[in-house]
Amino acid sequence: MPDTNEKFGRSSVFYDTFERRGAEEKSTHYCPGCGHGTVQKMIAAAIEEFGIQDRTIFLSPVGCSVFAYYYFDTGNIQCSHGRSPAVATGVRRTLRDAVIIGYQGDGDLAGIGLAEIIHAASRGENYSVFFINNAIYGMTGGQMAPTTLLGQRTLTSPNGRDQFNDGRPIGMAELISVLPAPVYVERCSLSTPKQVLKTRLAVRKALRYQIERKGFSFVEILSPCPTNWGMTPIQARTWVTEHLETVFKLGRLKDYDEDVPVPADPVLHPIDDQQMLTLLTAGGIPTVKTSVEKRPSRSFKIGGFGGQGVLSAGELMAACALSEGYRVSWLPSYGPEMRGGSANASVICSDDPIGSPVVDTPDVLLAMNGPALDAFEHTVAPGGVILVNSSVVNQKTRRTDVSYYAVPATEMAKEAQLISAANVVMVSACLAVTGFLSIQTLRESIPRVLRKKAFLERNLGLVDATITYLQQQEII
Amino acid sequence: MAYRLMKGNEAAVIGALLGGCTHFFGYPITPASEIAQGAAYWFPLSGRMFMQSESEVSVINMVYGAASAGARAMTASSGPGIALMSEGISYLAGARLPAVIIDMQRSGPGLGNIWPEQSDYNMVVKGGGHGDYRNIVFTPYSGQEMLEMTRDAFEIADTYRMTVFILSDAYIGQMMEQVSIDGPVFHGKRKDWAVYGDAQSRNNLITSIHMNTHLQKEHNDLLQSVYKQVSADLVDYETIDTDDADIVMVAYGICARIGLSAIRVLREQGVKAGLFRPKTVWPFPACAIGDLAARKTKLLVVELSSGMMADDVELAVKGRTEVARFGMVGGVTPKVEELVQAVTDMIRGGRDA
Repeated sequence: MPDTNEKFGRSSVFYDTFERRGAEEKSTHYCPGCGHGTVQKMIAAAIEEFGIQDRTIFLSPVGCSVFAYYYFDTGNIQCSHGRSPAVATGVRRTLRDAVIIGYQGDGDLAGIGLAEIIHAASRGENYSVFFINNAIYGMTGGQMAPTTLLGQRTLTSPNGRDQFNDGRPIGMAELISVLPAPVYVERCSLSTPKQVLKTRLAVRKALRYQIERKGFSFVEILSPCPTNWGMTPIQARTWVTEHLETVFKLGRLKDYDEDVPVPADPVLHPIDDQQMLTLLTAGGIPTVKTSVEKRPSRSFKIGGFGGQGVLSAGELMAACALSEGYRVSWLPSYGPEMRGGSANASVICSDDPIGSPVVDTPDVLLAMNGPALDAFEHTVAPGGVILVNSSVVNQKTRRTDVSYYAVPATEMAKEAQLISAANVVMVSACLAVTGFLSIQTLRESIPRVLRKKAFLERNLGLVDATITYLQQQEII
Repeated sequence: MAYRLMKGNEAAVIGALLGGCTHFFGYPITPASEIAQGAAYWFPLSGRMFMQSESEVSVINMVYGAASAGARAMTASSGPGIALMSEGISYLAGARLPAVIIDMQRSGPGLGNIWPEQSDYNMVVKGGGHGDYRNIVFTPYSGQEMLEMTRDAFEIADTYRMTVFILSDAYIGQMMEQVSIDGPVFHGKRKDWAVYGDAQSRNNLITSIHMNTHLQKEHNDLLQSVYKQVSADLVDYETIDTDDADIVMVAYGICARIGLSAIRVLREQGVKAGLFRPKTVWPFPACAIGDLAARKTKLLVVELSSGMMADDVELAVKGRTEVARFGMVGGVTPKVEELVQAVTDMIRGGRDA
């Protein structure tokens, strides 16, 4: 109905009739004298003027303006209570060119959603927030808000807000303005025509900065709620001037400054599928089964101090077995245990799919320190193998039904000036004495597992040194 | 054939990349942090977005925003974090937004500890948030399945416009196994319902509020009809040695792995034991379990909770066979011989149903 629009100055950004409210509905759900209609008209007018209607996504909050999508002929997303800034972040990180409008009330923004607004502001998300502060919860019928004034009576502060029981009203514009990232923070009011005009300029500026990709803008708008304040619309506007504006000072707290860094460009440039597969499969282990016959499964427990390379010894063992065609599982002790103290890893190698990755009765125990021998020697399967790091472990095993070997792993690693590689000595010795996997496989696997490639030669040298030691000792 | 040796947590990240996920929003929590760490490395490297949020509450709403804007978005957490996300998950369901969430379950309630439990079952499977909604829930039991289920989750989430959960546990996440990366690579397509900030999508509205009771009813009926379709389409499970079994263990995740070892031992002892492993717990493989019950196969439900999945098993069984519960909590996992003993006891009739 163009004539109606002309008469009431309705922006083309509003729907002609509010079908989402009800068939043919033309009136809003806002009460007479409410500030929401005024602000939303200003936002709609600015969207129209900037020619950004198609690009605009309006985020409805929870509160009276939950139904803003009844009116705005733009993309609309309704958010849960207080989370609009997080939703805006998700949208912004996805759509570079969308114009995102955050519109939140005082309960939504300053109460339940305080964390979200502070962090979105602090990240400098490029979007515009309009914060409607009417010092009361409107939609739920007039309860105390974070911005309710001291002494103000509401349904949940029937004797007036008490600073000791209820705290003091929060000045959101001040809070946001002290963060480094926001580019524009202003507090406006709808109390008088003059203030309304100032608000209109602030609304435009907040949107313009977003369009120019300058960053986060925040406009707090003091707004009347005659219904829940129990006033006429005119009394309510006066109350804004006389009470709200004395506590929440109007003015521009922060404006664009060339020094503010421009927010990150959210454009994503995904690499193509083949390039990604190449990246993801790099370091893949070529697997060749060394036997057509089904081989017996083997389970290993490796124990020692955190920092001795216990977990990576297990990983090396698993990598070796995998390249000889076994299925493998590696399970670490993890969590607080990892930060010092004891560490252990369980490794299983099998031609069958592996069931439990937990090794309760290992075929082979690699004890890199005394406590590991104490903890696990009784669990080793009869006929199994116990291999200890004799540089650290002084005692011998009490078991008589297992094969026992000792290698001075820490000393050998020290000699090779690679103290962190005692684990390579242990794995080398383990494979040499058990014959489970070939030493050649071990040589090939070390570069796959090793993180510091510079030490590759010294690691391989330790494999040779271990074999030589075992031969000299006539262990193999 | 080349394999990479990797943890379940890393396999999940790779699955997400192959599944076409472009947005990962994370918040640290043991034992799921490695997924966020992996995403923080891989997503920017491959031209995708990773962001660490201020809380799990924000995380799920960022997922909501990105999904509203048409992205394939995900997060990963553990029980305490998933609990915080529950409100947002309800909103995702109400607004019919696709999302993928990984839950590496740890011990609860409260802060609990970081060792595995499967006690998020009710929260994830029955819906931790308010309202009458469902999540699709996959239960991987290996690194390979962590990859494949996470990858496929994005296709499924988009198809049904639902949240898909990967309900895993600390062991499956921490365990390293051989994983092959040779599957398809998926990509999200433009959605006719999403809000892109352009002329074509201007009339689109993402919302979960319907003030008119008739419209809310219509909407909720629609959700239920989608759930019915999902139940018909997606039930998945694996049976091992159940055909001639006198007794079958029902278990998922790490318990299914331990169960697999246990039935091997039992078969060697001449006990006809089998394993029934749900790969989806919603939709729950009730018919297949009902078939076992109709054959009077005894069922032992093994899980790291006091019997949350066992409730669903009993609903499927409808009293037709004996069901026993083997639950272990606190972060302790059952030993193979404990399961062997439990089965042996049940066969002898010594264990209370």
